[in-house]
Amino acid sequence: MAKITYIEFNGAEHVVNVSDGISLMEGALGNGVPGIDGDCGGNAACATCHVYIDPAWVPKTGTMTDMEADMLDLADGRQDNSRLACQIHASAALDGLVVRMPETQH
Amino acid sequence: MATQPNLTADKAMKHTVPREDFQMVWPLPPRHRPNLKDYSAASLAAYLATAPLDEVDIADPMYWETDTHWTYFKRLRDESPIHFTGLNANRHRGYWSVTRWADVMAVDTNHQVFSSDAHLGGITLFDMDQDFIMPMFIAMDQPKHDVQRRAVNPIVSGQNLADFETLIRARTQEVLDGLPRGEVFDWVDRVSIELTSRMLATLFDFPQEHRRKLTYWSDIATADPEVPGNLQKDERQGVLMGMLQEFMGLWNERVNLAEPKGDLISMLAHNPATRYMPPMEFMGNLVLLIVGGNDTTRNSITGGLKFLNDNPAEYQKLRENPALIESLVSEIIRYQTPLAHMRRTALEDTILGGQHIRKGDKVVMWYVSGNRDERAIENPDAFIIDRPRARQHMSFGFGIHRCVGNRLAELQLKILWEEIMKRFDNIEVVAEPERVPSAFVKGYKSLMVRIPA
Repeated sequence: MAKITYIEFNGAEHVVNVSDGISLMEGALGNGVPGIDGDCGGNAACATCHVYIDPAWVPKTGTMTDMEADMLDLADGRQDNSRLACQIHASAALDGLVVRMPETQH
Repeated sequence: MATQPNLTADKAMKHTVPREDFQMVWPLPPRHRPNLKDYSAASLAAYLATAPLDEVDIADPMYWETDTHWTYFKRLRDESPIHFTGLNANRHRGYWSVTRWADVMAVDTNHQVFSSDAHLGGITLFDMDQDFIMPMFIAMDQPKHDVQRRAVNPIVSGQNLADFETLIRARTQEVLDGLPRGEVFDWVDRVSIELTSRMLATLFDFPQEHRRKLTYWSDIATADPEVPGNLQKDERQGVLMGMLQEFMGLWNERVNLAEPKGDLISMLAHNPATRYMPPMEFMGNLVLLIVGGNDTTRNSITGGLKFLNDNPAEYQKLRENPALIESLVSEIIRYQTPLAHMRRTALEDTILGGQHIRKGDKVVMWYVSGNRDERAIENPDAFIIDRPRARQHMSFGFGIHRCVGNRLAELQLKILWEEIMKRFDNIEVVAEPERVPSAFVKGYKSLMVRIPA
């Protein structure tokens, strides 16, 4: 279980407990957090769950696959700390993680 | 002239005929069709229910004009989810059909193995004319695809969409307010084409008074030259050359402006990745953006009205709760699947769903089938406007070639349905639509409707 804080582009915060092994995309969809769409169902194939990872947490969220990097390269607002929330899975190590959302998911 | 390879049914084909062994002839050899008393929808549906899977070429436009392909795709999903079609290979070289959601996803997300390159044939089941190759970024691989796509991506940025919203709403209101009451009219012409052509003219900053030219070019670009009444191959190429010439005029007006304007032509002209494109590549990207911004939304606008008429309980749900428009829009796009497929070419031997795909094989991802896959979507043949997770459909494709204009399409449909529900309690479909005979553009030529007086 990890307590995840999702912050919408407009600043609205949503604190959600996400079970171990569940992706942060599913954690948002399952708890009604707006601003994350997850159109491809968690395959790193659409980039509609784009989030920015709080820089202090970046090393703990693991490495990206080529597919995830390719999709992020085509997304609006790509930053160094951009990730797809469907590729990060909750665990005790991520308890307290803060993710921010871009202006739009594309 | 080179002789055709022997493609008769003596031995079962399992791979696409290599391009170097294939002599394209025009007109194409006659199509093999089943021996039926007639080719009505009822006869074709009955045939597809039991026909040997190998004896069907589902790319035949007659299955699309009659809307009878569904049975066959369900059988493929259940019995042969990665299925090779050799029938009529002397026309299309043979192709693999991928019909389950998970397998389509696997192909769409493996662009290293499954190429979109125009020079290998491109992204549609039928190869691009090899004497008229139009490179366009959807039919390119990395890295060139990425830089060209990024050149036009700002047209659909969040800020741009927000700026478009007022304009789209005003136009939608104007078009809807101009519709007749108590008389039958064609929804495709009066609404679907009208709204999409106005939008497209805006995106290109193309003269609004000539916007129907964009519709015409879009139709010509995707029209099958074999279908009676359509332009012949040479005539089609001539029309597209005319389109190029007209757009070159706009390009030349805009390429040297110190302050680039915000339209697609200016974006292409001012981005180093696209500024020096050869003419055929400019033409290709124009075709991509025109077809992509036109056919798809147009046919979803038409399809949505048809589906609500076919499902009165859903129409009633919408009247009672207009907040369902957001999921309605996604459900319309899933249910319509305005582009039935995208095609790839294998760059190396690979295994897909237990089948050996050989380097050079054509692999067709049938989005129209993946969107009805019972393994991925509950009760997929039902049109349900408040479907949970309605956004999870594959009509926009997945992976690096995913539709760039999806958000704009959704915005156009959302505004349209908001404005329709404010005005009309009911719009009746009064006849079956006339459908486009194409295994690629899944759409409507006409849909006759009436708004009660």
